[in-house]
Amino acid sequence: MHIVIVGLSHKTAPVEIREKLAFAPTAMERPLRQMLELATITEGLIVSTCNRVELCAVTREPDAAVAELRRFLAEYHEISPEEINENLFDYQGEEAIRHLFRVSSSLDSMVLGEPQILGQIKTAYGYAAEFKTAGLILNRFLHKAFSVAKRVRTETAIASNAVSVSFAAVELARKIFDRLDNKGVMIIGAGEMCELAARHFVSNGISKVLVTNRTFERAEKLAAEFNGKAVPFDSFVDHLAEVDIVMTSTGAPNFILGKRQMEEVLKRRKNRPMFLIDIAVPRDIDPKVNDIGNTYLYDVDDLQGVVQANLKERQKEAGKAEAIVEQEIGQFHLWLGNLEVKPTVIALRRKFEEIRQQELEKTFGNLKDLTGKQRKSIEAMAGAIINKILHKPTAALKNSQNDTSGEDYVDAVRTLFDLPAPSDDDQEIKPLDDPDQA
Amino acid sequence: MTANLLLFKITLLVYFVATICYLIGVISRKEGFRQSAVWILISGFSVHCVTIVVRWCSTGAVPVASMHESLSFFAWALVGTYLLFYWRYRTVMLGAFITPLALSLMIIGTNQSAQAPALNPMLDSWWFPVHVTLAFLGHAVFAIAAAAGIMYLLQERMLKSKKFSGLFYRLPSLDTLDSMNYKCLTFGFPLMTMGIISGAIWANSAWGGYWRWDPKETWALITWFIYAALLHGRLTIGWRGRRAAIVAIIGFCLLLFTFFGVNMFLSGEHSFRNFTGQ
Repeated sequence: MHIVIVGLSHKTAPVEIREKLAFAPTAMERPLRQMLELATITEGLIVSTCNRVELCAVTREPDAAVAELRRFLAEYHEISPEEINENLFDYQGEEAIRHLFRVSSSLDSMVLGEPQILGQIKTAYGYAAEFKTAGLILNRFLHKAFSVAKRVRTETAIASNAVSVSFAAVELARKIFDRLDNKGVMIIGAGEMCELAARHFVSNGISKVLVTNRTFERAEKLAAEFNGKAVPFDSFVDHLAEVDIVMTSTGAPNFILGKRQMEEVLKRRKNRPMFLIDIAVPRDIDPKVNDIGNTYLYDVDDLQGVVQANLKERQKEAGKAEAIVEQEIGQFHLWLGNLEVKPTVIALRRKFEEIRQQELEKTFGNLKDLTGKQRKSIEAMAGAIINKILHKPTAALKNSQNDTSGEDYVDAVRTLFDLPAPSDDDQEIKPLDDPDQA
Repeated sequence: MTANLLLFKITLLVYFVATICYLIGVISRKEGFRQSAVWILISGFSVHCVTIVVRWCSTGAVPVASMHESLSFFAWALVGTYLLFYWRYRTVMLGAFITPLALSLMIIGTNQSAQAPALNPMLDSWWFPVHVTLAFLGHAVFAIAAAAGIMYLLQERMLKSKKFSGLFYRLPSLDTLDSMNYKCLTFGFPLMTMGIISGAIWANSAWGGYWRWDPKETWALITWFIYAALLHGRLTIGWRGRRAAIVAIIGFCLLLFTFFGVNMFLSGEHSFRNFTGQ
């Protein structure tokens, strides 16, 4: 049994192609069922996000399956396969395992370490489970991928340090104030980014919110949303001393806050530190304000710089994460290889048993005057011969479970003894719900 | 080698290992180094406690009468105070400043005569150990303030210039560092004040005068004024942050000068020579 993945991501395809090949999250049943109808596919899963579309499948013939999946992906979206050929990647076996583990650990994401991708894969798995296109192997594979992602998140700092501007603002505030729960924030102007950052601040414990806007009604509306207080725009400077964090995003063409005003504010605050975030372009706060002691002024570019620095920190953690992924690949690959050992042993025994029965019938046909006791001992002798012959090969097969040679032994045994096509055994090894995970 | 000297050497060795761990911990991304550094330091401190008790028992006096004993005691107070702060603030990075300092004091201590001093009978008063202990505890607390000050300046510089190194992620927040500065001041200043007063009382009983303006007394008084100014500034006119950090660093430099410089460059009643009558 092999795992194959065919797909495309932000690394291989521009958005114009990604959007053409995306699967609507509300209608996953049809593509999943069609995928499973392909001759070579026994289990299937579709991950479709704005940054990637991936078809993950279980098959006996990986090369044929990859070709079929490539064609399926194009034809389902009514595009000619040639058109997207070079945007598609495909992985088989160990590479496919590595790929999914890396994707779910967010090592392949546009923003390294972003947490959404794991949720998206869980959703994709949810559909595959719902429409019963995921069987024993995909069940186990996906659960393994989730646990790898969890290990990566807890054992490395890949997801620490904000990589969005609004989260970066919250983290900087933490580096200045330590605790935010007894701090106040003032929102000047009502830009979307300001609102988003304000939301982050409130969810991180900020207790006091003041809002000001040229149109007082808008200020009141926003203030109501945060359980805060609206202050008139003309006199907002008078209230600055009451808050620790200020966020501005007005459309004003000039600075609305100058150095002298801020010096006054700081004096009234007895130099308690202030964190000013100026998201407006053109800027709202005179950059000279940053020269005042205990005052930290960040504009959009500064915050972007922080985000870049944080991303660099994450890059350094990626190496550790890759090592975890490598460890886990080996384990899963082993499990996959061993999956076939047991049914092979059973098929081998069954084959020998059939031969024994046939030969016994023949022999008893010729020797009609045997007593019951004699027949019994001939039967037993034939059984004993089979057991003696099979003892060593069975032990060797079972031993091969302990390393990666399992697959080779299985193939050899099946060829040597001409065992029935493995798909016959699938009923046996493919219950739709993995008992391990139930 | 006496048991005491052996213990001293072991302490020194363990502090050395702890220093290495702390310094690697500053540059390394691995949490392990920082955690093990703390445990190594704690074990070193335990040995140090035994060292001092053994010394005390063998000489029968609080071991602060010679330069060797004083340095060891200073280092002990320093590490002990740091561990108290670690327990409260969990700032491993502070140790990267304090442990090398303690190690340096110990190394200087090895170069000093470890001979038990024959104490000048004039100094044989209970005020003497009280005076020295209070002074050293004050020194230790102010050393923490200075280390917090250096960390504050580093962190503040990164926040102002918006250029961040890996250190940024490991240093505590400005608020934590500034509140450490204040905590140190509120503990260190009374300790230092009581140290000076007890010294004056002792001086009166030993030399018949509370204050003789010898160089050490003068410099101690200057240092005291610096810290008094900082405390006053913090409480009344909103000194904090950068300024408080700088003053704490200057104050500690003065303390070190008072302790070492005066003994080396200036002579007076406080130099150890006079104690031991050499």
